[in-house]
Amino acid sequence: MFEHYLSLFVKAVFVENMALAFFLGMCTFLAVSKKISSAIGLGIAVIVVLTITVPVNNLILTYLLREGALTWTGLEGAGNIDLSFLGLLSYIGVIAALVQILEMFLDKFVPTLYNALGVFLPLITVNCAILGASLFMVERSYNFGESVVFGAGAGFGWALAIAALAGIREKLKYSDVPASLQGLGITFITVGLMSLGFMSFSGIQL
Amino acid sequence: MAAESVKDVVLSPVFKNNPIALQVLGICSALAVTNSMSVSLVMGLAVIAVTAFSNLFVSLIRQHIPSSIRIIVQMTIIASLVIVVDQVLKAYAYEMSKQLSVFVGLIITNCIVMGRAEAYAMQNGPVMSFLDGIGNGLGYAVILLIVGFFRELFGSGSVFGFTVLTPVQDGGWYVPNGLMLLPPSAFFVIGLIIWVLRSIRTEQVEKTEYRIVANSKAKIKESV
Repeated sequence: MFEHYLSLFVKAVFVENMALAFFLGMCTFLAVSKKISSAIGLGIAVIVVLTITVPVNNLILTYLLREGALTWTGLEGAGNIDLSFLGLLSYIGVIAALVQILEMFLDKFVPTLYNALGVFLPLITVNCAILGASLFMVERSYNFGESVVFGAGAGFGWALAIAALAGIREKLKYSDVPASLQGLGITFITVGLMSLGFMSFSGIQL
Repeated sequence: MAAESVKDVVLSPVFKNNPIALQVLGICSALAVTNSMSVSLVMGLAVIAVTAFSNLFVSLIRQHIPSSIRIIVQMTIIASLVIVVDQVLKAYAYEMSKQLSVFVGLIITNCIVMGRAEAYAMQNGPVMSFLDGIGNGLGYAVILLIVGFFRELFGSGSVFGFTVLTPVQDGGWYVPNGLMLLPPSAFFVIGLIIWVLRSIRTEQVEKTEYRIVANSKAKIKESV
């Protein structure tokens, strides 16, 4: 049992890295990776939000949306209701609401963390890594336990990737890059090389 | 609205002000679905439809949206449209929707759609917003097709599934470059496209943060 979860975690972090293998969350990945400190801040925020939203969306899928999920209400004919077409709308709603709640909660109870995360929290709603992880959870039909591990792993992998890229970019700005490749161009090529490096993890099985 | 401004609205995002190449919006999905041209084409069409109609609807009700909840309203409109596109694909092109997997759903968080709804449709009339949506969707589709073209041509020697360079295993001469079908190549291709575009349109070039001075140890001059 434990090995199964460990294997899922390692797979989510390295083999199926959200940023480098599925290109999710690229907009913020490229925009916020200029400094290591802000990259780590955003990375932590993503880990927290992913670890919460993926399991919550899993519960919503299991108890509200999936075909026959509404049987627990005991209503007549509830077993035939299939609301899975409402999936996208519910997941994005849950993500937006949870980010908002998390923001208010941190502001009230953990102000230091709130100040550290700053503008990154609201940015997360539009980060496709968050929605992507929920959709992968649906596609691969993970159960509740698996979805917790997968959410944490996916977030950790994304954070690792953005922190590494920020480290490279901090060094890169002292390099002599061709003028028209400056900035975004060279960043894309760097990310390509990182992604190539992460390819070497594929096939790892614990 | 004059006729030429309609043309401007549709064509300028395609060539002059391309949302992917210049503003670097919505690349998440641009990279993942481009390993063959037919998949890129379907994805491009889906984004055109969603951007155009979300712009239209947002623009139609823009006077009635309180500005404090406008993001949620836009998000709901976009999500509903994406659900429609997803269901249509599942009904009429099931194989294709399997290949696109989660990336149709991810159109919701595509910054182009949100960005155009917020930046253009909230200020302009429905017709112009609709055209602006088509234009930006087209700009996105064009880049997707360019990236898809190179990746499919070099990765499997075909274009739209028709063999152009006969691969070795079919008795031809071309050894397919498997790397082009893997994720990293999408980054390289987009990086190179940005390089080409910025060499042509030099005003897009970003400034260097640090200037390296030759022989800086021997003589340090104030700004070269």
